[in-house]
Amino acid sequence: MRQSFTVGIGGAAGQGVATPGDIFAKIFSRRGLHLNAYNAYQSIIRGGHTFLTIRTGPDKISNTGDRIDLLIALNQDTMDRHLGLLSAGGACIYNSELITPGAPAAGVQLCPIPVSKLADITRNKVAQNTLAIGAALSMMGVGFAALESVLAEQFRKKEQSVIDENVSLARAGYDYASQNFKPFAWPLPMAETRYAVLSGNAAMAMGGAAAGVKFYSAYPMSPSTGVLHWMAEHGRKANIMVRQVEDEIGVINMAIGAAHAGVRAMCATSGGGFALMSEALGLSAQAEIPIVVIDCQRAGPSTGVPTKTEQGDLWQMLGAAFGDYPRVIAAPLDIGDCFTLIPEIFNIADRFQCPGIVLCDLLLSEGRLSVDPKLLDFYPEIDRGELISFNGSGEHEPYKRYKITESGVSPRVIPGVPGHTHTVSSDEHDEDGVLISDEYTNTVKRRAMMEKRMRKVDGIEASVPPPQFQGSPDAEVTLIGWGSTYGVIDEACELLRDTGISVNHLPIRWLVPLHGDAILDLLRGARHTIIVENNYSGQFARYLRSETSFVADGHIRKYDGEPFMPHHIVEAVQDQLAGRTKLSVPAHEIMV
Amino acid sequence: MATEVEIPKAMVMADFKGKVDPDWCPGCGDFGVLAAVQKALVELQIPKHEVATISGIGCSSNFPGFIDTYGMHTLHGRSLAVATGMKLANHAMTVLVTGGDGDGFGIGGNHFMHTMRRNVDLLYLVMDNQIYGLTTGQTSPTSRLGMKTKSMPFGNIENPINPISIALAAGATFVARGFSADQKHLTELIKRGIEHKGFSFIDVFSPCVTYNHDNTFQWFRPRVKKLEDNPEYDPTDWGAAMEKSLMWGDEIPIGRFFERTDLPTLHAADPVLNAGPLVKQDNRIPPAMARSFIDELM
Repeated sequence: MRQSFTVGIGGAAGQGVATPGDIFAKIFSRRGLHLNAYNAYQSIIRGGHTFLTIRTGPDKISNTGDRIDLLIALNQDTMDRHLGLLSAGGACIYNSELITPGAPAAGVQLCPIPVSKLADITRNKVAQNTLAIGAALSMMGVGFAALESVLAEQFRKKEQSVIDENVSLARAGYDYASQNFKPFAWPLPMAETRYAVLSGNAAMAMGGAAAGVKFYSAYPMSPSTGVLHWMAEHGRKANIMVRQVEDEIGVINMAIGAAHAGVRAMCATSGGGFALMSEALGLSAQAEIPIVVIDCQRAGPSTGVPTKTEQGDLWQMLGAAFGDYPRVIAAPLDIGDCFTLIPEIFNIADRFQCPGIVLCDLLLSEGRLSVDPKLLDFYPEIDRGELISFNGSGEHEPYKRYKITESGVSPRVIPGVPGHTHTVSSDEHDEDGVLISDEYTNTVKRRAMMEKRMRKVDGIEASVPPPQFQGSPDAEVTLIGWGSTYGVIDEACELLRDTGISVNHLPIRWLVPLHGDAILDLLRGARHTIIVENNYSGQFARYLRSETSFVADGHIRKYDGEPFMPHHIVEAVQDQLAGRTKLSVPAHEIMV
Repeated sequence: MATEVEIPKAMVMADFKGKVDPDWCPGCGDFGVLAAVQKALVELQIPKHEVATISGIGCSSNFPGFIDTYGMHTLHGRSLAVATGMKLANHAMTVLVTGGDGDGFGIGGNHFMHTMRRNVDLLYLVMDNQIYGLTTGQTSPTSRLGMKTKSMPFGNIENPINPISIALAAGATFVARGFSADQKHLTELIKRGIEHKGFSFIDVFSPCVTYNHDNTFQWFRPRVKKLEDNPEYDPTDWGAAMEKSLMWGDEIPIGRFFERTDLPTLHAADPVLNAGPLVKQDNRIPPAMARSFIDELM
């Protein structure tokens, strides 16, 4: 089993849970450790309950794991909800003047801090947070200097006196813990490597910048808003036009206008906003104007649970906009992949002049992961496809925007180039762009245009690789997942192997094109297949069945708003192998 | 290789003739609007490949197919959003937006308001016939009270909107009204609207000869009065424009209601475009910047 250490910090929204989280993340990543963080929160600005989990360790940390080693309770509510998560060896730090501890499990250390004796609480309302950080790092065996430099950085925009005050508070907490509490049995190791720590939203925005996106439009909607925030903060520097638009209908149509003018255009939203975009997705397909839309899934339907994760939008993506048309849909496997996928899908959208959809979710969008900075490549291949640009428009045949070709791809021209004027349209049209929807309806031409566009599907399929097993092909159990479940399934596989069950994993990254035949070939030899997904109805299972007729032996599903934990999958697999059920719906034990 | 200086040929009306002839009903007001736009482009001598004509859906939205420029025939109500994206990505283009009252004031109403407040440098021409034509005659947002249509056979009980007042209130920097039967006047308005730096709105009475038997050419002709004929009228006075916009009945003002030139256009206000049209900019960021973006995360 991989070695790791997990901190949980709980409090009300507005109590300052985020700052300790950022400080821990910086300290861990600068020790050369990997980390994975997830904030379970509510749609409330002040109050409620927020619980941030940060897991760290020397190896890749693919999810936030099964247990908490250190609980920092900023309020009574956190103590009451989460003390039970700690097992022998764990510890709970809390303000002894405000919080009454519950009864911990055997071997759990309670670490009360007498806050008013160590700090002037009339002046500093978040003194308890800084004291707790100091105490925690002392117990983890981290030297104080690391904390001092991160605090100076964290408060760099404030006056020196604020930095000094926080450093002395942290010192007080650090020293108090050294004298009064038992350090953890496993002091945090150190390594030479350095990782970037980022959210999936920042990764997708940066991936856009790397892909050459010049136009980004959005309407704020959780959990996609982080993409807008990164773009808004960095767009002027990077010469990316960033627009906040009146609604998601305007967002996608504006992006299509910019894309038609010749730049790469991207937008992001969540399920509700995507629903408003669907008509224009058809425009992108029919007029053959490539755009990339990111959908950060949250628990639906309707307003649903805005701050909770789900993989419930797959069928919306598959069915978005009426009529048949070529599209590309991909689900990033982790936060690093959120970056890498964007240039890849842009190249396909550009080459085949069709919409590309990135199906992300709250878990990745708002989670944080340590990523090797070398993976954040700002100079990937950019393939704009067949595009007639300002240079090289000399003598040519009369230009036909929708010229019928074998590949289905007709060379696109950037408006402004002389000698190529034409009209693109949402109506069906002939090769010239003349409408065949009104006066000149023509069954032969309509059929030819439909077939031209749909021929692109073959090219798209050939441009992405089929999925592959991770682990031995002849394992006893095959776990199939898509998108963000990659990390947790990967760890569940390790845990299952530790119990003697041989298991492999088939992660799906490209949903359209699916490569159904290749999947069938892989699964033909599989002995017990289980599909794991974060939704109620098994949306991927139903999609796989509709495309391939393949029916899995069992299903593990979760639709309570929280992501899977590794043990949920391990226990469900054990249950299913014992024949107790074919559908497991694990209960989430961290109540947030 | 010797460089030859190309002497551009003067544009004539035929240069702007579309691939097909308009399929509007004989006598439709939209013919007059199309001719006025073509004439304005010829008089301004704008090369056709530097013009984008963008429409939504409806009879008048078939317009881009009938004029030879770069055209986009988009979705119902979405022309202004698409046109905004187009203009921002290549502000060297002259962008014209054409459509009807249902397209612009009904389904596209939200974009109408926001495009005006953003002062996007577009000319928006609404061929306002106070009816839905392509869906065979239903009430539109500008149909008069009491008007009988297929969707309101017992008479319209909803107040029509006033596009001119709305445009003034939303901050449009050029607001005008034309009449498709007065070619010369309309052509001048279009030329001025194209030359105006900012959002130019022209509501054009463009009668539907098939479905609107109330607001016909005959009905409009004696009523329309040109603001330009009144030497007292000052189109820089917003209050006076608002007051004029409320006139309706025996006398209906047409012409330039309002124009202000002191506000920057959206593309001029965004420093991202200081480096020239977006479409001509480099799509790679410099290595030092890439490093700084990663350093923020370390």
